[in-house]
Amino acid sequence: MIDPRYSIINQRLEKIRRIIAVSSGKGGVGKSMVSTALALSLANEGFRVGLFDLDFTGPSTHIILGIPKNVQPREEKGIVPPIVYGLEYMSLVYYVGDNPAPMRGGDVSNALIELLSVTQWGALDFLVIDMPPGIGDAVLDLMRLVQRIEYLIVTTPSLLAFEVVKKQVALLCELKMPILGIIENMKMSKSDAIAKETIMLGIKYLGEVPFDAQVEASIGNPEKLMATALGSAMPQIKKALIDRGNPNVS
Amino acid sequence: MHEWALAEAILTSARQVAEQEKLKKVTDITIRVGELQQVEPQILRFALAQMKTGLFENAKFHIRKAKSTLKCRVCATTWQFSLKNLDKATAEAIHFVPEVAHTYIKCPTCGSPDFEIVSGRGVWLEDIRGAKAD
Ligand SMILES: Nc1ncnc2c1ncn2[C@@H]1O[C@H](COP(=O)(O)OP(=O)(O)O)[C@@H](O)[C@H]1O
Ligand SMILES: [Mg+2]
Ligand SMILES: [Zn+2]
Repeated sequence: MIDPRYSIINQRLEKIRRIIAVSSGKGGVGKSMVSTALALSLANEGFRVGLFDLDFTGPSTHIILGIPKNVQPREEKGIVPPIVYGLEYMSLVYYVGDNPAPMRGGDVSNALIELLSVTQWGALDFLVIDMPPGIGDAVLDLMRLVQRIEYLIVTTPSLLAFEVVKKQVALLCELKMPILGIIENMKMSKSDAIAKETIMLGIKYLGEVPFDAQVEASIGNPEKLMATALGSAMPQIKKALIDRGNPNVS
Repeated sequence: MHEWALAEAILTSARQVAEQEKLKKVTDITIRVGELQQVEPQILRFALAQMKTGLFENAKFHIRKAKSTLKCRVCATTWQFSLKNLDKATAEAIHFVPEVAHTYIKCPTCGSPDFEIVSGRGVWLEDIRGAKAD
């Protein structure tokens, strides 16, 4: 017995130039906010961008974007993600709505593999993935199945967050996965401890995002989100991302 | 038609097997479809027929249904998935991503959504027959 889905996954992602996973070993550090703002910011610049919410048990990007309930994918030779605020947008919420999805690791993996095998993405410059926290089944499967994913790691100034992030970095390095760098989110003081530690790990420090109460207040309104400190931090992150993809910049 | 994407996966996978086994042409492909995903054999067959070029030109597709067994992790009740009592939108959601069954289906004995999909989940490639190059 062969599961035919594995054979098609990389073909489904073929027309996508770069895949960026916004991840963190830790929850609540701002992955969903950063991935949404990054995707919007890239799209505003004229890139063709997709946003894929892979946090199946705690999906958030549809709330951050304020996606109306009647938005659904189209069925055509697979599932075609609808375009929302200029993004090809895919999430499990199309199938579960506001209800909980009490899935165990194996189910999360299976759902991930299913969506990867049937989603028909267009020709994209960037696919931004909002990852679940931690290094559970879905994260490990994604690393195994799609090896060209580049990881953008989010931490907060908290030692608790950074200690978990360090473990994730160690795993990614061991598996030889490309790491774009670390973003320090919700910064409230001037300390450069995280920046220093990041550089010591041999990872690029992509900058800090100040804590801004307007971020929470912007939920459901993408324009407002882009006007917050988080939106303002996107150009530097975007630059690091684009420079890395440009063979003329080292 | 989302079955098209599954049919394409089946043929891509079958091609890999055929290459490994150095088959010059494929004569028979057996596919198992689990009831949980509710893939219509006719629709799948139609999609396969549209894509069966080259290696698969003369291939016959045998599509077999498999019952889907669910088992409660709390009280160990075992039961069979059925479309009874599911509205159209729910059935369709499960059709696209079978795991969302955990959102809509509960154990008939204790009401828990924490069950295992023991069998009959989705689409499987069961067997490929063909003639080797000589
Ligand atoms: N830079 C920031 N300033 C203030 N609040 C923020 C900032 N970034 C994220 N938040 C808030 O932190 C919480 C967690 O963010 P979220 O993106 O859901 O994290 P994760 O996806 O990592 O779990 C949210 O309530 C969000 O509004
Ligand atoms: Mg999140
Ligand atoms: Zn039970």
